[in-house]
Order: sequence, then structure tokens, then C-alpha cells
Amino acid sequence: MAEIRLDNVSKRFPDGTEAVKDISLTVADGEFFILLGPSGCGKSTLLNMIVGLDSISEGEIRVDGRLVNNLDPRERNMAMVFQSYAIYPHMSVQKNLAFPLKIAGMQQEEINRRVAKAADALELRELLKRMPRSLSGGQRQRVAMGRAMVREPDVFLLDEPLSNLDAKLRSQMRNEIASLQEQLKTTMIYVTHDQTEAITLGHRLAVLRRGKLQQVGTPRELYNDPANLFVAGFIGSPAMNFLPGRLEKGKLLLPGTREVIDLPKMKHDDADNKVIVGLRPEHLSIADDDASLLSATTTMVEWLGADAFVHFEMDFRDDDQSFALPKELDRRISKNGKIQGIVRLDPSYRIDRGDPLYLKPDTNNLHLFDPKNGESMMVELSCRGGSLCPPAEVYK
Amino acid sequence: MSSSETGFDRFCWAAGSFLAVLYALTPIVWILSLSLKYPADLGDNRFWPQRITFEHYRTIFSDAQFPAALWNSLGIAFISTILAILIAMFAAYAVVRLKFAGRRLFMAFALSVAMFPPVSIIGPLFNIWRSIGLYDTWPGLILPYITLTLPLAIWTLAAFFREIPWDLEKAARVDGATRFQAFRMIIVPLAAPGVFSAAILVFIFAWNDFLFAISLTSTNQARTVPAAIAFFTGSSRFEQPTGSIAAAAVVVTVPLIILVLVFQRRIVAGLTAGAVKG
Repeated sequence: MAEIRLDNVSKRFPDGTEAVKDISLTVADGEFFILLGPSGCGKSTLLNMIVGLDSISEGEIRVDGRLVNNLDPRERNMAMVFQSYAIYPHMSVQKNLAFPLKIAGMQQEEINRRVAKAADALELRELLKRMPRSLSGGQRQRVAMGRAMVREPDVFLLDEPLSNLDAKLRSQMRNEIASLQEQLKTTMIYVTHDQTEAITLGHRLAVLRRGKLQQVGTPRELYNDPANLFVAGFIGSPAMNFLPGRLEKGKLLLPGTREVIDLPKMKHDDADNKVIVGLRPEHLSIADDDASLLSATTTMVEWLGADAFVHFEMDFRDDDQSFALPKELDRRISKNGKIQGIVRLDPSYRIDRGDPLYLKPDTNNLHLFDPKNGESMMVELSCRGGSLCPPAEVYK
Repeated sequence: MSSSETGFDRFCWAAGSFLAVLYALTPIVWILSLSLKYPADLGDNRFWPQRITFEHYRTIFSDAQFPAALWNSLGIAFISTILAILIAMFAAYAVVRLKFAGRRLFMAFALSVAMFPPVSIIGPLFNIWRSIGLYDTWPGLILPYITLTLPLAIWTLAAFFREIPWDLEKAARVDGATRFQAFRMIIVPLAAPGVFSAAILVFIFAWNDFLFAISLTSTNQARTVPAAIAFFTGSSRFEQPTGSIAAAAVVVTVPLIILVLVFQRRIVAGLTAGAVKG
């Protein structure tokens, strides 16, 4: 049981690269906290700093108020599960589980009791005598979890624990980890690059990009109120659609739209403001009137039974470089004069490749981003509950 | 062997293997045969002895020289091996795991030591050893053996350490082990095949060395078997000590054979594990 506090933590490697930049956040006692980001964003480095495998260049890390910056990993009473599982290959499952206790100099009876308890919790009882090489991926994963559990640590740290498993096993282990955390009520910090894992598991998430903290919040907060383009594009599957737009006299113009979208309570500004409009696939619908149409062409239909995701493209004449998305999102707003997007439709709706598609954005759920810095232009937290979120400057 | 193999394939494999083994074993069998012949039969131009005797073995062991040399050989080779492997283990670990400036330079420098022709340093070494009192002592031989085998041992062990996932060491540290505990309980057992391979190579070098042994020793105090064999004398000045030499050669081969047989499985695992990943 522990609260972990990071104050302006930075990590610079000897070659000058800055892996983690000035991160401050607090993980509450008993919380399931997720560090989410694409590869190379510094999330694993941050985890290694918390556990003590990497030194801290700047800032402070406190566990329950106690400064741990200069403590050896073994003095921090944290347990870690590695992406590679890091099971000792020359020891049986039993010995693997007992290793941390043996190192701690615990009595043999107590070791046996704790190993048995962990083995029961993770259904490893029949495997105790086996060697790691004869175990399947899922079993190895369990052994790694068990070895972390036996110590009854203050904090669990998990570094992409599920990324080496196949899809079915992954969702099964995801549920197990969630229920395990529920039972143990131990603070857990979980690193992943998989946003689905992150939003299904975490009480709260911290999104990182290039060593910088982008946003911290509950899955709902990050989904509904992304702080910038990166978070908006990273959270959610299929990803948010981004459209180039223009603010003109308090109205929003979208490409291919004949009508403008009224943004009420908008400051009347004659400046010709470029904005990036974010719309989730579920916030687009088939237009039933002729107003506010986005006319597009269907390029692909993913029919999934419960959902249908229809990919579309729209013409966008001027290929404007100022509408750039963060590189990590690995896509562009427009390509070869076309804007690509995805819309979620009712699966009963019949549509085929090549069909024209007339869409209507849900104006209550659109996001506006400043194309210059990618920051959200929405007023913080004010736009939940369905009312249209006006740009931030309205209230300035 | 796959089922698609024809009888002809199998015949070729068998014949090839037989030739290779024959080629390797003929000189050894010949020496064994010589060591068992009566002195009078040594020049009889036959491969197999007509009559068998253990006279030569009795001769070499009744002489004070050979048992002493055997003891020296065993002691010097074992101590050299243990020390060289210990030092090499720490050096290889440091090179693989710790990021310090000049790692590559260190490895290149170590390799250059191995390429140095030992003959060129024998003269100066002889003089230095005499003036500092290392001449004709065990340390006098152990020191050059360690020096000359270290590069090979470091390179071999570094290759093995490189194959061990670093996560295991990190996991051990998080599990509460100190750096040294992690090294001793996780890394060393996993590198065992490499350790044994390197140890065997060092041992063979020290055991078989003739150059240093003949140059840096003068008495039974430190003279090893290869050097001692050169000092064997026949029963008369007109007789070659062929039988005794053959018997001594057979005796010195025995420890090597035992060692290799005992560690065979580990060495084979080691030699391949180091080279091929997964």
C-alpha cells in the first residue's frame, strides 16, 4: 500500500538524449494507474526510475512521502513484471516463486506458505515442479505475476506484461490482472502502448509522448476531453477522424460542406482561423436532411456484426501543410488531395464500396484543435453533458 | 535422420564419420600400442604389440621425476584455469553489462595479447623471472598462462553473457538481490556452458604448454609433464626412451579425456549456444 509521487522527474542518458522530461504526477494508494504511449515515449524508462533500475537525473520520487531517489531497488519493496517475463530459466516454477523470499532470508515454512498461496491464486499448483522452458506463454506470464505477488509488495509495476501473448489469451489475462488488482488493492503501475488495454484496465491513465506528459485522467476524461491532438488520436479505436476546418465569424466551415456549423456563444471574430476538427467515428451519422452534409465516397466496409465501420474519403483541394498531425499517430489529415475517415454505422445499414456517403457530424461532440500547437481549443470540463463545446477564447 | 535418406546416403555418412575418427585416433592408438610393447619389440614395425607389458609405466612412476611433474602439471593447470576463469568472468561481465568508456578498446587490446607470439617474450621473461625469484616456481608458470589465456576466456565468456537477457538480472535486482547476488545466482548459472567451455580451453593450453615449461623451470619443483618428457633418458645411453615417452604421453592424456567426457554435454551445449541464438 503506497502512494507514489513524482515531482518534476527527468531522465537524461549519458549520450544526451532526454527520455523523460519534467514529469509530475501522483499515483494514489491502491490505484490501478496506466502509463500509456507509443514506443520510445519514455514510459518504460519512467517505470525503471520508479523501481530503481534507472537513476533519476532530476526531480524527486516519493513513496508515501519517503524520498526513494537514491534507494537500491531491493530497498523499495516494489515488484515488477517484465515484458519478457524474465523467469529464471534454470529454476523450477517453485524456485522462481520462492526466489525473492529466499533472498529476503525468510523462514522456509513462510516461503512454502506464500508460494502455495500465490500458486493457488494463479492456478500454478500443477506446474510448480516444471521448468520454465516447458511452459506456454500464458503460464510463463502467470509465473511472472506469481513471483511479483509472493513478496506482498507495496507497489506492482508491470511493463507491457501482455504484449507477448496472442489476442485471446491477452484479453483473458487482462481480466485476471484486473480482478487480481481488485482483490489485492495494491497500487499498480502498468505500462502499455495498447490503448484498449489502458482504457479497459486503468482507474487513471497518463499519456506520454516523447518523454513529456500529455494528459492525466480517467479513461472517460481522456476519451471525452482530450487535451491535444496526440491524445485525441491515440485514445479510441477506431481512431478519431481529423478534418481541416475554418472558423469564420463564429461559424465553423468543414470541407465539402455547403452549410456552415453554427457555434453558438462564439466570439464574433473576423479573423480567418484554421482549426483541426476532431470527430469520433460514432459522432458521425448518415444525413437524413440536406443540411450539414459531408459528402464522401465509401472506400471500405468493415462489418463486425454488432458494428459496421465504414471507411470513406472526401476531396480536399488545397493540400495545406499547416494541418499536420503528431508524427507518432502515423497518419495525415489528407493524402493525395483526399481526406480519409471512418464512421460507425448501424450494421443493418447496407452500403458498399464506391457508394456515395452523406454524413452529418454530431455538433455536440466535436473537438477543435489549434493546428499550430495541437492543443485543444475546448474549454476544460465544461463541455460534458451534450452542449456544444465552444472554443476556449470565447471565455477569455 | 529423416526418412527420405537413402541407404547410399547413410553409407556415405558412416564411411565419412569412420574416416574422421580413424584419422583422429590412429596416432593415439599407436602411442598406446608403443607404451605396451616390450623394449625389444619397439622397432618391430608392427602396429599392434605381440606381447603386452606395463614395464614402461612402472619405469616412469618409479622415477621421481615423472610423478613430481604430473603433480606440477595438475596443480599449475588447475590453478591457472580457476584464476583465469574468475578474472575473465568479471571482465566479460563488465564489458557486456556496464557502459564504460573504452569497452571496445579493451576487447581489441585483449585480443592483441592473444595474437602476441609467446616465443618473442620468452627471453626477457626468463631474465625477469630469475631476478625477481619467480624462476622455477608454480607462480612463474601460472602467471604467463593466465595472461595468455585471459583474452580467449574473456571473448568466449563475453559471447555467452551477451546471450543472457538483461531483464533477468534486472528482475533479480527488483526481487531483492544485490548486484553480486544477481550475478552469482542468475548470471553465472546461466553462463555455465560458457564457463565450462572457456575453462576447458584454458586448461588444455596450460596442460599442453611446452615453451614456457621448458624455459622457465629447471627442477622437479615446477617442471610440468611436457617439459619432463623431454628430459627422459633411456636405460642406456644408446637407447631411445621411446617406450617411457609413449607411456607418459598416454598418462597425460587421461586427465584431459576424463575432463572432456565429464563436461562433454555442457561443452557441446555451450559451443552451440554461444554461436546460435535461440
